Amino acid sequence: MVEISEPTNEALLDGLQRAAFGYFLEAVNPATGLIADNSRANAPVSIAVVGFALSSYVVAVERGWLARADAVERSFAALRFFRDSDQSGGPAATGYKGFYYHFLDARTGLRVWRSELSMIDTALLIAGALTASMYFTANTPDEIKLREIVDILFRRIDWRWAQDGGATLRQGWKPECGFLHYGWEGYNEAIVLYVLALGSPTYPLEGDCFHAWTATYQWENLYGYDFLYGGPLFVHQFSHAWIDFRGIRDRFMREKRCDYFENSRRATLVQREYAQRNPNEFAGYDEHCWGLTACDGPSDELPDVTGEPRRLFGYAARGVPYGPDDGTIAGWASLASLPFTPDIAVDAARNMHRRYPEMLSELRYASGFNPSLASADRGAWVSPGNFGLDQGIVVMMIENHRTELIWRLMRACPYIRAGLRHAGFRGGWL
Amino acid sequence: MKQRNSPSAALPQDAYGQERMENVRLSGWCNPKPAARYNLVVVGGGPAGLVAARAAASMGAKVALVERALLGGVCLNVGCIPSKAIIRTSRLYAEMRNAERYGAQVPGDIRVDFAAVMQRMRRIRARVSRVDSVQRLSAAGVDVFLGEAHFTGTDALSVDGTKLRFRKAVVATGARPDTPSIPGLVEAGYLTNENVFDLTELPRRLLVIGGGPLGCELAQAFCRFGARTTIVQDLPLFLPKEERDAAQLLSDGFARDGIEVRLNTEAARVRMEGGQKLVDLISADYQSTVAVDAILTGTGRLPNVERLNLKVAGVDCDAATGIRIDDFLQTSNPRIYAAGDACLEHKFTHTADASARIAVHNALSLGRRRLSVLTVPWCTYTDPEIAHVGLYVREARDQDIPVRTFTVPMHDVDRAIADGEEVGFVKIHVKERTDRILGATIVARHAGEMINEITLAIVARIGLRTLARVIHAYPTQADAIKKAADAYVGLPARPTIRSLLRRWAAW
Repeated sequence: MVEISEPTNEALLDGLQRAAFGYFLEAVNPATGLIADNSRANAPVSIAVVGFALSSYVVAVERGWLARADAVERSFAALRFFRDSDQSGGPAATGYKGFYYHFLDARTGLRVWRSELSMIDTALLIAGALTASMYFTANTPDEIKLREIVDILFRRIDWRWAQDGGATLRQGWKPECGFLHYGWEGYNEAIVLYVLALGSPTYPLEGDCFHAWTATYQWENLYGYDFLYGGPLFVHQFSHAWIDFRGIRDRFMREKRCDYFENSRRATLVQREYAQRNPNEFAGYDEHCWGLTACDGPSDELPDVTGEPRRLFGYAARGVPYGPDDGTIAGWASLASLPFTPDIAVDAARNMHRRYPEMLSELRYASGFNPSLASADRGAWVSPGNFGLDQGIVVMMIENHRTELIWRLMRACPYIRAGLRHAGFRGGWL
Repeated sequence: MKQRNSPSAALPQDAYGQERMENVRLSGWCNPKPAARYNLVVVGGGPAGLVAARAAASMGAKVALVERALLGGVCLNVGCIPSKAIIRTSRLYAEMRNAERYGAQVPGDIRVDFAAVMQRMRRIRARVSRVDSVQRLSAAGVDVFLGEAHFTGTDALSVDGTKLRFRKAVVATGARPDTPSIPGLVEAGYLTNENVFDLTELPRRLLVIGGGPLGCELAQAFCRFGARTTIVQDLPLFLPKEERDAAQLLSDGFARDGIEVRLNTEAARVRMEGGQKLVDLISADYQSTVAVDAILTGTGRLPNVERLNLKVAGVDCDAATGIRIDDFLQTSNPRIYAAGDACLEHKFTHTADASARIAVHNALSLGRRRLSVLTVPWCTYTDPEIAHVGLYVREARDQDIPVRTFTVPMHDVDRAIADGEEVGFVKIHVKERTDRILGATIVARHAGEMINEITLAIVARIGLRTLARVIHAYPTQADAIKKAADAYVGLPARPTIRSLLRRWAAW
C-alpha cells in the first residue's frame, strides 16, 4: 500500500515524475537506444515512445537524475540507429522516405506485426529528437554530432509524399497495400505532425494542408463548455507536450477567440463533467476520479460487480462523451492535464491514489484501472506492467508545469517556429 | 419483380399478398381509352408519381398515370414500409432479451418466428396499399395505364402500343438497386431490397455488403432475429455522409448487438462450396473468408431511365445520376419535368413527394417554385436512429460559414434516462454569433420524430433564441432540443433527476 496523501504537491509531483522517468532506464535496449512500447515480455519498440524518451532524458539531466554525458550517449545511440536504419520500405525494413514503422523488433529494430509506416508516430519521434538537439547545444564532439544526426533525420522526411496527392496527410502506409485509407478527420493529436511537416526545409507540405485539416474540426458547446471536440484526453495533450500553445492562435482559434492551450483546459473540464454524470454508472467515476483516453483496459468478458456481462475494449482510445467507455480510467491522463488545470489534476491524482493505490506500482502509473471490475482481495482491475507513452507524457507535462523546460526549448526551435507560422499561427511568443 | 437467383427468396402468396397485389396491380384491369391529349401524363406510380397525379387531378387537369410494375413503388412494396415493419419486430426482440435493463424479467423462451414477422409485414403492407389502389386513383380522376411506357416524341408516349399525347409530362420512374460488380456474386445469388422481403426463412448466416442506410437497417434487424450477421463496408465508418460521432455510435451499437463489423473492407470474390457462399474479404493487407447462407447488397441505387426512350423526347439523362433537371425540375424538354429518385440525389420518399408537388405546380401553373429552397431531413432507422437536416459542419465551413454546435448528450435528458434510451445526442449547428440554425444531427431511439422540430425551425426561420422560449412537454426526449436552445441563451439546463437524487442522497 502506497501512502502518498501526505507529501506536498511539489514532492508528490517529483516522486511521480521520477518514477515515470525510470521506465525509460528499464525499457531501453542499450545497443540501439530503442525503448520498448511497454514493460511486458517480448514487447516491441514503439517509435513514439523513443520520442518521449529523448525528451525525458533532457528533463532527467536538468533534475540531476541522469548525467549529461549519459543522456547524450543514450540519445546518440537511438538517433544513430535511425540514421543507419534500413530505409528501403521493404516489409522487414525500419522505415521509408524518412518515416518509420510504428513497431520495431526490440533487438534488431526491424518492422514487426506488419505495422504501418506511421506519420504521427514518426512526428512524435522527431519532436523528441528536436528536443534533444535544442538542449544538447554544447560545442563538444558528441553534442555536435547529435545535432547533425537530428538534422539529417528531420530533413530526409518526405512529408509531401505522405500527402499522397491529397489535401491532408495520410495516417499510414504499408508495403503490402500502400497508403491506408482510415478516416483521420477532426481534431486530434496531429498538430505537431502538421507543424513539423510545414516547417520542413526540404519537403514541406503542399497547398493549404493545415487549413484543409482544420476544416474537419467540430467546435461544440458540451456540458456548458465551448471547445474543439476530441473524445480521448491524449488528443488534447500530446502536441501540447512539446508546443506551448498559450497565446498563439491559428485562423480557427482566432475565429473562436480561443487557443489550443485554453481548449485543452476546457476539454479537461469536460472530462471531469462526464465522470460526474457517469451515464453508464461505472464504479468510481466522480469529480475526483476521471480521465478517459487511449489506454489498456480489461478485454475479456469478465462479470462486473453486479454480475452483468459487459463489453470490454482492451487497449482502446476511450473518450467522452460518446465512448467507448467500459469503466476504465487512466490515472496518468488526468495528471497529464496538469499544465491546463493544475488544481483539479492534483486533486484527482491524490484522490485516485488514495482510493485505488493499486493503480500505482512504486509510484509509476499503470496504463489503466477499472474499479467496476474490482475483486475483494486485489481491488480494482489494473493493467499489468507499464506503457512508455503514459510515462513519457507524465514526465513532460509535469516538467512543463514545473519549469516549462520542454516548451521553452521548442519555442526556440526554428523548424517549429517556421511550421507554426506556415500553419497560420500568430501572436504571443511567436 | 426481378428475382435475383436467390434460392431462399420466393414471393409468398397469402391473403395479404393477394390484397396488396389487387390494390397495386389490379388483375383484369383494362387500361382506359386515352384522351385525345392530356394536360399531364405521369410516368411512374411510386410516391412521386402518385403525388403528382393526385395533385394534378385536384387542380382539375386531365391526368394519366402509367405504371409498369406495382403502384406505390419501392417505398410501399420493397422499401420504407416493409423495412419499418420488420424493424419494429426486431426492436421488440432486442428489448425482450434486454428486459432486465428495464426491471422486467427476460421471457423464458425467446423464439423468433420469422414467418410470423414476415406475415405481419405483409399485412401492414397490404393495409397501406389501400390508400393508393388502382381503383381509388381512378376514382380520383386519374386515368391509370398499367404497362411499359416509352416516349415516341417530344409530346407523346406509348404504353404497350397505346399512344398518349400530352401538354406536359412528369417522369417519376424511381430507382433500383445498384449491384456491386463482385466476381461470383451473381452466380452465387444475392438479395437486394427488391427480394429480401420475400424471404420465408431466416438465413442462418448473413453477409451484408454496404454500410449505407439500407444495409445498416437490415443488418441490425436480421441480427436481432438471430441471423449471424456480418456487415462489410469499404469505408472507415458506416453512413459516410453522416457526422463521425453518429456513425461511431452506430458502429458501437452494432457491436453490442453482436454484428460482426468489418470496416475498411471490400468483398472481393464470391464462390459456392458445399451449399454455402464463401466470400473473400480484403482489408488493406489482411485477407479472410466468411461462409454465409445469404448475401444482401445495399450499395446504392441507380435511376430507372434506360427503357423510356428519353432521347427521342429530347430529355438529357445520365445512367448514374439520372434525368438532368434545373432548379424548377424541368428537363431539357420544356414540356417534360422529372421528380423523385429518377432525378434527385436524395432518394427519399419525402423528397419524392415534395419534388412532385413542385414539378406539378411548375408544369400546370405559372408558378416557378424551386427545388433548392427545400429543407430536407432524413433518417436512418437503425437503433439508435440517425437523423439529419440542413448543413453539416463541413459543408458550412466549405462555404466559409463559421459554425458553433450545441450538443446535448441523450444521457442528460431525463426522459431518455427513464426510458433507458441514453445512447445518442442532439447537435444543433448555428452560425457563429447568431442563433440561426444551419443544420442538426440527432442520434436517438426516436431521432426521426425529433428532427421534425428542427426542420420546422429552419423552414420557418425560427432561431435557437425562440426555441428556448418554447415550452416543451416534460418529460420528453425532445426536451434535448430545448436544452440545446437553453445552452445558447446561457440558461442553466434543468438538473437531471439523477443529479437531484444524488444531492438528496448526499444530504
